[in-house]
Amino acid sequence: MEHIGANIPEKMRFQRWKSSPLATIKGIIAVQRADLSESGNTNTTSERATFTLSGALLGARRAIPLALSVSAVGFAFGVLAHQAKLDVVDAVLMSGLVFAGASQFVALSLWGAMPLPVATIILTTFIVNLRHLLMGASLRPWFSRLPPWKAYISVFFMVDESWALTMGEFAAGGRDAAFLLGSGMILFIAWVSSTVIGQTIGAFINNPAQWGLDFAFTAVFTALLVGMWKGKSNILPWAVAAVVAVAAAHWLPGKWYIILGGAAGSLVGALSDAK
Amino acid sequence: MQNETLTLIAIMGMALVTYATRAGGFWLMSLVTPSPRVEAWLKQIPGAVLVAIIAPTVLASSLAETLAALATVLVAIRTKNVLIAMVVGVATVWVLRRV
Repeated sequence: MEHIGANIPEKMRFQRWKSSPLATIKGIIAVQRADLSESGNTNTTSERATFTLSGALLGARRAIPLALSVSAVGFAFGVLAHQAKLDVVDAVLMSGLVFAGASQFVALSLWGAMPLPVATIILTTFIVNLRHLLMGASLRPWFSRLPPWKAYISVFFMVDESWALTMGEFAAGGRDAAFLLGSGMILFIAWVSSTVIGQTIGAFINNPAQWGLDFAFTAVFTALLVGMWKGKSNILPWAVAAVVAVAAAHWLPGKWYIILGGAAGSLVGALSDAK
Repeated sequence: MQNETLTLIAIMGMALVTYATRAGGFWLMSLVTPSPRVEAWLKQIPGAVLVAIIAPTVLASSLAETLAALATVLVAIRTKNVLIAMVVGVATVWVLRRV
């Protein structure tokens, strides 16, 4: 759910918005950043920012269509959680406490090994969610004049979709920072409840490999990647990630290929981006 | 240690580091502004990590997985729906493993 800097609102992509507002949003953030660096932290927009119930309700209403697509992915997560031998309590705990789709799918793919590779799971989760740093940074102008606790509660509900909606709302002139909390909470409810349903229904599916279900993770990630595709600039970093991962999977034990491939691909991408 | 305990530790750890990434960016912005190069790197991470996860299965297992991944891509492009793409991918691999 994660999401994804100005990058990959995964589920966002599954909205049937033909002209994605994200491009606009990215442009606006760039402008805000520029403003900030010129005028320090005193941004005029932040002086007018409020944090009200009606702002939260507006965010909640706007998030309802996205909640449907989040539910579809949450359902898939629940089914796969069952395949990974997570019981319903663990699956709900993960969805409720982590609330970050892509990293949860990645974690499940690491769950099979015995004993559980706890350190690898936590490190990989951190790496997959690093994009939140960027998203959180972009919220600064809107929350800087509000009590910090409001920001630190709101950011828990910051996923790719609620962040993108909120940026769109601010871009359109909205000034109520509770919009993020409201939209995020609706998505949270959708995510956790669809996890329960998926995990429960997953119990009726025995011997997953017989039905090709061992391929489900790969298929979900492949589909998420299609949503992240932004054009030719992806080719080199993704090719590097693939080659390094295949080589590492062949030569190294465990799941090191994920971190090595991900690090190599993203670094190459950053270097070629900066040119 | 019991696996149930390890499971709880893993989930709590995931929750902790994930919240740290959510709050961290907001907090850091009060101290510094990230350089364009760091920003570019952060944006590249999720895609590269997902590619790394699927590459050994898609490229280095068998033809069934490679073709099923291709089918998944085509359906995802057409429908923009993860769930449908997943079902088609799984069905494709199921059929191809049988022929």
